[in-house]
Parts: sequence; C-alpha cells; structure tokens
Amino acid sequence: MSSIPAGWEAVIGLEVHCQLLTKTKIFSGASTTYGAEPNTQADAVTLGLPGVLPVLNREAVTMAVKFGLSVDAKIAETCVFARKHYFYPDLPKGYQISQYELPIVEQGHLDIEVDGVAKRIGITRAHLEEDAGKSLHDAFPGFTGIDLNRAGTPLIEIVSEPDIRNSAEAVAYLKKLHQLVVALGVCDGNMQEGSFRCDANVSVRKPGAPFGTRTETKNINSFRYVQQAIDYEIERQIEVIEAGGKINQETRLFNPDTGETRAMRSKENANDYRYFPDPDLLPVVVTAADQERIRASMPELPAAKKARFESQYGLSAYDANLLTSESALADYYETVVKVSGAEAKTCANWVTGDLLAALNKSGKAIEDSPISATQLAGLVARIADKTISGKIAKDVFEAMLAGEGDADAIIKAKGLVQITDEGAIAAAIDAIIAGNPQQVADYRGGKDKLFGFFVGQAMKATQGKANPEALNRILKEKLAG
Amino acid sequence: MHTLSLNELAAGLKARKFSSRELTQHYLTRIAERDGALNSYVTVTPEIALAQADAADARLARGEAGALTGIPLAQKDIFCTEGVRTACGSKMLDKFIAPYDATIVKKLHAEAGMPLLGKLNMDEFAMGSSNETSFYGPVKNPWDLGRVPGGSSGGSVACVAAGLAPVATATDTGGSIRQPAAFTNLTGIKPTYGRVSRYGMIAFASSLDQAGVVARSAEDAALVLQAMSGFDPLDSTSLERPVDDLVAGLGASIKGLKIGLPKEYFADGMSAAVRAGVESAIAQLKTLGVEFREISLPNAPLSVPTYYVVAPAEASSNLARFDGVRYGHRSVEARNLEELYKKSRGEGFGAEVQRRIMIGTYVLSHGYYDAYYLQAQKVRKLIYEDFKRAYTEVDLILAPSTTDVAFPFGDKSDDPVAMYLNDIYTIAANLAGIPAMSLPCGFSEGLPVGFQLMGNYFDEGRLLNVAHQFQLATDFHRATPKGF
Repeated sequence: MSSIPAGWEAVIGLEVHCQLLTKTKIFSGASTTYGAEPNTQADAVTLGLPGVLPVLNREAVTMAVKFGLSVDAKIAETCVFARKHYFYPDLPKGYQISQYELPIVEQGHLDIEVDGVAKRIGITRAHLEEDAGKSLHDAFPGFTGIDLNRAGTPLIEIVSEPDIRNSAEAVAYLKKLHQLVVALGVCDGNMQEGSFRCDANVSVRKPGAPFGTRTETKNINSFRYVQQAIDYEIERQIEVIEAGGKINQETRLFNPDTGETRAMRSKENANDYRYFPDPDLLPVVVTAADQERIRASMPELPAAKKARFESQYGLSAYDANLLTSESALADYYETVVKVSGAEAKTCANWVTGDLLAALNKSGKAIEDSPISATQLAGLVARIADKTISGKIAKDVFEAMLAGEGDADAIIKAKGLVQITDEGAIAAAIDAIIAGNPQQVADYRGGKDKLFGFFVGQAMKATQGKANPEALNRILKEKLAG
Repeated sequence: MHTLSLNELAAGLKARKFSSRELTQHYLTRIAERDGALNSYVTVTPEIALAQADAADARLARGEAGALTGIPLAQKDIFCTEGVRTACGSKMLDKFIAPYDATIVKKLHAEAGMPLLGKLNMDEFAMGSSNETSFYGPVKNPWDLGRVPGGSSGGSVACVAAGLAPVATATDTGGSIRQPAAFTNLTGIKPTYGRVSRYGMIAFASSLDQAGVVARSAEDAALVLQAMSGFDPLDSTSLERPVDDLVAGLGASIKGLKIGLPKEYFADGMSAAVRAGVESAIAQLKTLGVEFREISLPNAPLSVPTYYVVAPAEASSNLARFDGVRYGHRSVEARNLEELYKKSRGEGFGAEVQRRIMIGTYVLSHGYYDAYYLQAQKVRKLIYEDFKRAYTEVDLILAPSTTDVAFPFGDKSDDPVAMYLNDIYTIAANLAGIPAMSLPCGFSEGLPVGFQLMGNYFDEGRLLNVAHQFQLATDFHRATPKGF
C-alpha cells in the first residue's frame, strides 16, 4: 500500500452494491439463482414487457432493515421507490427502480480498525434498488448479447460518508461491511459473481482545504482492486494538480490488468436521471413493530460475538477476532466447546491451529471441512479425559483428516489409548535403564541432556502411548537412583 | 340480435334462442361487412372468438354459465392478449404479439366466458382525443363519417355504437372513455382508480390510467364492469376492497339524492348544444326526485395544465422501454447503439407521442422538476381536496362531458392546445382518482350529446344506478346511427 505524500490528504467515500439473498426478484416472482442459462430467469416483469407492473418483494425490505439496524441507522417509517432513467440495452424498462429522496436506511455508522487505531466511518444512507442485466460483448461476433437473468435482483446500495482517508481504511471498511452483510445472512458476499461490488469516490486536497474535485471509479470487485484503484487515483490526482492541472469530475473504470483507472465519461456527458416517485408502487411503510420483529430475528453480529467470545470463553482478542471472522467458523468453534466439554482455550487452539491450517492447505472453506465440529470435539474430549496425549492426538487428527472415521474409532483401531498405569510405565523404564548402563552413568555424571534420550526410548517402548507427565516424573525418580 | 341488451342476449342464450357461436358469427359477419367504413378494429380474431363461443356454449349446456357467458366482447388494443398482436395504435408495436394476458383479459374471456371478437383501434398509446393519432388510421364516427369518434378509445365506441360488438373495453387517462362515449351516444364509465387491475394494460400515465367499459346502457356497463373489477395481486395500486354488487344496485330509488353542479364547469366554454343537453338532463333528473345545488371546485380550472405536466412526465418514463432492443420496432438503419435508440424511437413513435415524451422529459429534467412536476403534484392534491370537500355536501356531481359535439376530422389536429382543451371537463376525475361516467342526453343536428356524472370514491354503484334510472325514463341511449 503506497503512502500519501506529505502535505496531501485524500478524501474517500465508498458506494457498495450488495445483492440481497432473496429467493425471487425484488419486483417479480422470477428466481435469483446465479449462473442459469441466459434469460431463463427473466419473466414478463423482468423483460419489461408492455403492461407489466412491479410488485414489491417484502423480504428485500426485511433484509435492508436488518442491515440498517446492524449499523445503528435510522429506518425510515415511510420510504419511496423512484425511477432512475437512462438508456442501456441491459436495462429493460429504460429506467431502474431505485430510491432517491426517501431511502429506507439513513445515518448509520461502522467502526473499523487499522493498525490498532479505531475509527468510525459514517454511513450516509442505504437504499433498495433493482440490479440491471448483463451485456455480453464477446459472445456473438459483431453483436452484443443481453442476459437479463440478473435484472431485477434486489440490491442495497450502501453509501458511506467521505470519512475515509486512505486505501487501508477503505479496505478495512469494506471487509467489515462484507463480514457484516454475510453474517446477517442478507448477502452471499461473493465478489467474483458481483454480489458485493464497490464504487470509489476519491479526491485529494491539502489538509484543512475544502474538498477537491472527485472522481468515481466504478464496479471494483475485489478488496485488492479497491486498494489498487484508490492508490492509483490518489497518486494520479496529486500528479495532475502538482503539474498545474485540474481534476475533471468524471466516472472512471479500473483495469485489473494494469492496476490503473481510465476516464469513462465526464460530468458534462453525465445522465440526467430524471428521478421521480414510481407511480406503480405505493410508499413502503416499516412500522416500529416491524422493526422490532426484524431485530428479534437477527443473528448475533460479529462485534457482539467477538466481545462475548472474549468474556465467555476467556479468549485473547486475537483468537476471538479470528474465530468470529465468519459466522460458520464461530458456530464450528462453539459446537466444539459444547460437545467436547473441554477447556475453551484448548478448543480454540485446535480450531485456529490445526484445523484452519489444514483447511488453508486444501483450500477448503469451514463449511466444507472434512472434519466436522462434532468429530473434532470427540478428539478434544479424548485429550481432556487423558485417553490420549496431545502428541498422539496430532496423529489421530491426521487420520480423521484422511477420512478414517471418528477419533474413538481411530484410537481403538490403532490401539492408541494412553498408558496411565504407572506400574507399566515404571516397568518399561526399568528395562531401559537396565539396557543402557553407559547412558545412565553419563546422565548421573552430569550429562542432563541425555534425559531426552531416555524419554525417547521410553516412548518408543510404549509406542508413544505413555502418559507424558507420568513418564517424565517416574523417569526422573528412577534416574535419580 | 345486435340491438339487444346484454341481459336480453344472456336470456336468449340461456333459452337456446341462439347459440354463442351464432351470436359471435353474427358479429363477425357484421364486422366483415361494415367495419371498412369505420376502421374500428385493427385485428379481428374469428378463430379465437368462435373457439371461445364453443366453450361458452358448452358451459351454457352444462348450466354453468355466468351473466355474460357467450356474449362476445371486443378489447381496446391497449390490453395484452396472449398470442394476438397488441399494437396500442403504434407502429412501435405493429409486430408485437403479446406473450401474456392482461388480468382483465383473463377475467372477461377465460372466467366470464365472453368470446373475443378482436382488438380495437385507438389513439397511439392512448394519446389523443380524436383517434387521429393511430398508426392504423383514424376511426370514423358512425353518426357522421366525416367526424371523429373521440379518443383515445375511438375504436371501442365506434364498434359498439355501430353494433359491431355488444360491448367493449376502454381506458381513460384524461377522458378517453367519457369523451368518445359522449360523441357516439354511448354510456361509458371510468371506475375509481385501482378498482380495475392495470396489469397487462399498456401504461400511458400510470397514476391516471384506469380501465373501464363502453356500452349501450348503464345496465350493460354495470354487468361488464362487475366482471372486470377486483383486487389483483399483480397490480400494487389495485384496491384490496370488496366490489359492490353493481347490478343488484340498479333498482334503488334516487329520490332525495343530492347532486352538485360545479359552477366552474357551467361557466363559458360549452357550446349551446351541450348546454341544452345538460340542462335537459338536469330537468329530467329533477322529475325523478333528485335535488340539485351549486357547488364550487375552485381548482378545477387548473386541471388541464396540471394534467399536461403529470401525464407526459409519466408517459415519457413509461415509454422508455420501447427501445428496439427486446421487442417492438427496431430501425434497420442504426449503425451503433445511440442510433438504435434514436432511429427506432424516431421511426416507431408518431408525432403526438413524441411531443408528449419531449414535454415529459422536460418537466422531469434537473432544474425543472420542482417548478413543474412537483408543483403539478401540489395542485393535484388541491383538486383532490376540492372533490373530498364537495362530497361532504353532495352525493354526486353533474357536469358536461365535452365542450361540444363530435368535431370534423382535421379540425384540431394541427393545434395541440385546442385538442388538449377537449378534455377540460373530464381530466379532474383522473387527477383525483374518482369514478366518472358519460351517458347520452340528446342530439344536436343529428349528433349525440352526453353529460357526465362524477361520484365519490368506490361509488360506481350509485353512479350506475342514477344513470340507469335516467335511462329508464329516457330513450336517447336507444338511438342508433343510420346505416348500422
């Protein structure tokens, strides 16, 4: 991440388009499933046929309210859909149904942290709207293909205040927002499929000066691209101004191949969207009772969950943060704790350590973990009740990863039950002491390092099953003579 | 057969005096023989009509017939009909075969069992008051072939007046049912906004558009309106409120009913012929026990300018979907995307539609929105409040339907403002969303004169009953044009 030259300050505001996870479209009963054959999810309303009318999907309203409540925003008791007009082939009606003067969500905020420094980013508004279709420029030589499957998919457009000052803050805000909408269950967060995409408004100024002229870079669909696009834009704008030039208010496109942005259209050529309230739709009313009902149905949010993990399980901030980064991971961890009955910290070590490492290695998400939470709990429980040692547990874990079954079955099949019978351990040690007189003499003569040799021999003799604590203690006693 | 009322036709069908096939064929024959002079149909659908007639005959035979089963009907070409061209009077949709049925099409044909005779000519996208803006040429008034039938539902009224359909659907955004009904001696009703579903009705101005019916009597109109009305989950502006029994309400006495005469509507502006007709209607209603009183609708004179901001604004938006991309006219001349839009729309839309799109685009533009659209919405609210206040004093309001009788072709077609002023008496009802109707009250030099009744919200039943009582006492509505 490049740093901003001294004497300059960047001002950044982000607009995030977040597809809502409703089963059907915002104004029709057509399915929203991604990846279907082109135009198979475009009914009469989606196609914008003559005479069709929109009917609001209340589930989209519920999801927008959930988002609003999660960022401490005001939920409008009455909000209004407006038509936003422009011509484009993948916009079937010649207008997009959006919200303009009376959005559903206003005045919220999100708290972020960059390098340990906390900062509050204001959320100006979030409004409901329908997505457009897709233009396919490569599919038919000489023609542009139109796929309207996506048209009419519900979106919330989340507009931040210009509170962001560099690309690191922008990425932190986006990641936090992403985590939030996924945790709320209102968005699948799939950036590659465009479920969560970002427009970045960037300007630069001398600190304390009024806002500079801003550019808007459209449709950036990864955290890294957002960082690159913002860094590029800041650097470009400073260069232009320092060379005596002026920034044009314009829309720009980010090219992921070069990491650069280029001008798409200037403000002079901007559309006059001619917003006006959509006469086909009634104002949407969300009563206080609706709000409370929706609030009661909301899952625990990441920030609250993190605090709870620290207090309830005694975890470090680092572990709590990691375990609550995804709700599926948090659920996994809590199942391990509950089912195993083991110490919360031990469970955390297994989940954040061995399990996440294994998942990372195989590129799998927690949802696709080859070891279920109940299975891992079974393993941790056997450590807790001293059936196996922590060391043996690593082997059992590997076997579980390889699909060899539950911990108990593996322990039984491989005869891995820990030897806790001190008589048996002492007998094994006696045999080793008797068989290695030279090493015993050396040890007793002051070569302390040889202790490890005896531990190794004893473990070997018990196939690693000896209780390590008992083995150490008895070995020490016996060697002391 | 084509002079019988709907109730008489239903009785004939039930008594097996004639079958629905015979009745439907009778109309199809009349259309084939006589519509050449009128141009009221743009598409005749004999195969569909006869198949639906056979289905109706089967229902009649099973004793499962409703009040309208087997009686044919023609649809204004603004309603989408699956598998049948739905052109809305425009070159833009000349080749558009609708892939779905409008809600009222389902209700009238599939449910009520009325055979579809065909699709009726109209002003392009319902924008016009004379039917001269249709891509399919003007409709002629059967009372005088040199005169307009009114608009935009010109085809609807001409075919019913001439006996080329027993009854027809129509739509009314600013008077498009009432003015043509007045010009052709018919009874036409525009119900309360939201009473009839707009789903599948090609939108002109969404907040004003309302479907209704043109018929040869209030009783006929009541029967068909009853079958069209009701809540539709596909139309968010449709009313979730039970529909009164419009037909059962036709017997009630109107003695003691209070009707208001808005002084703003009786000032200068109407012709002597219209004034005489309206005054005779008032006199006739007095003999039936109706009490009249003068009322004031002070903002009524602002109706026309308000309408000509709101309606074009909504139209400019509603017609944006006709872009040549997915359906409708696509220019073969276009070499790039911008040309595709400009040429397809330039070629597909006629002059009046283009004019209204321009006006609408202008009033919604940045910097003009507040001065025009927002201001018009405020005036609209005042007009609505005028009516609300008036209905605390009176039950109904009576007014002229038109300024004059039907005018000759070409009379106003070069002067949009003169054409727009045609709707001066009818527009306020659309702006307020109240039900309103026109019915015959006399003739002037052989041309029909109508008068208008406006009701309170949801009061279609009372409107129709007053009209019915008037028609029991008069026989203007029974007159038919010579030669038809």
